[in-house]
Amino acid sequence: MSYETLALAAAFIVLGPLVGGLLAGIDRRLTARMQSRQGPPILQPFYDVLKLFEKDTTIVTSLQTLYVWCFLFFMVISGVILYLGGDLLISLFALTVSGIFLVLTAESTNSPYSKIGSARELVLMMAYEPMLIMVPLGFFLVAGSFRAADIAAGDPSQVIQLLGVLIGFLFILTIKLRKSPFDLSSSHHGHQELVKGLTTDITGSDLALVEIGHWYENVILLGWLYLFFAPLGVLWALPIALVLFFAEVLVDNTNARLKWGTTVKASWWVAGLFGVTNLLVLPFI
Amino acid sequence: MSFLKKSPWILHYAATSCNGCDIEVLACLTPLYDVERFGIINTGNPKHADILMVTGSVNEESRKVLENLYAQMPDPKAVIAIGACALSGGIFRDAYNVYAGIDQVIPVDVYVPGCAARPESIIDGVVQALGILEERGKQRKRQRKVALS
Repeated sequence: MSYETLALAAAFIVLGPLVGGLLAGIDRRLTARMQSRQGPPILQPFYDVLKLFEKDTTIVTSLQTLYVWCFLFFMVISGVILYLGGDLLISLFALTVSGIFLVLTAESTNSPYSKIGSARELVLMMAYEPMLIMVPLGFFLVAGSFRAADIAAGDPSQVIQLLGVLIGFLFILTIKLRKSPFDLSSSHHGHQELVKGLTTDITGSDLALVEIGHWYENVILLGWLYLFFAPLGVLWALPIALVLFFAEVLVDNTNARLKWGTTVKASWWVAGLFGVTNLLVLPFI
Repeated sequence: MSFLKKSPWILHYAATSCNGCDIEVLACLTPLYDVERFGIINTGNPKHADILMVTGSVNEESRKVLENLYAQMPDPKAVIAIGACALSGGIFRDAYNVYAGIDQVIPVDVYVPGCAARPESIIDGVVQALGILEERGKQRKRQRKVALS
């Protein structure tokens, strides 16, 4: 590993959460505006996390903190691999392992809300994972490589060739970002029936770490979205990716929550209809 | 610099309230008052909350719940009593089953009067609680330092 690679990795570790937090802040402001409210300051997510570090951390089980750190660690690994132009598959596996650790965190406590949250999160993983694995597969069939750097330097027509996969990815992006209609596992707002589900028993600095993990996740997902358009050049790709990313806010605000069964069926149908079909017809495009 | 003031998360508990004050509390979240401007979020989870808002006259049944919720909130925390019933028992004060104010059950920092309390005065109460919360935050920091050394 060269010094340059290490510097880039360090840059991602520092800048990742800054960008991710900013995305979350813009998200909240946009949501407020859509509900004709003024909304919080753009930097509100940072205030929230810094506040959480000032609060006491109540520990339900000593494993909890370890799991949260593992969640954050694998999330960072996934992001570093992706942003250094590494193997998409490995990045995806790290992302999944990170998700599993969040489920373990919730499962390790006694709260029934937390248990339901973790059970639902597993169902959601089952729902989005088939489509998510098809994304690197599609890229491989088009660009001939799993490496993000090769895909970004690929042919500008790849987004047309992978249109079905893109539609499927946008669908599961709603699940990954924990937006309505698929926010089953964390109930998005704390005053709803699951009182945050996954994070019910996580407090103080542990909760802050989970939030920071989610910021990294935001940036990673934006990176995946960016890859579809990357061959068009940054000037085109970044605005398109950002617009599609924030379109999720509109979806969030115009949909009620679905039941888990409907969620799984819908995402598998989309994965089959758009993802698999796209991969099957790829040789003829 | 304390960030407690910039992002107070609120837990609202209706201890056998008539729902008059509850509706006014929820009115604070509507586009007209929009307390999220100040980073205030209504959370249903005591473990995430910084400020406990209590409405209604507390009785023997709701006392256990209230004590439990208060105990589950991590320090630093503050409590606001909202409406006549929470302050003193209100018109139910002389009833045999009602405590004369929630401060007989848990320590209260800010009292917001009214029947029902107006959204403006509730927001004002929260702002006053923020000062107390910040002070508690500093205190807690000192306590942690002492505990470490």
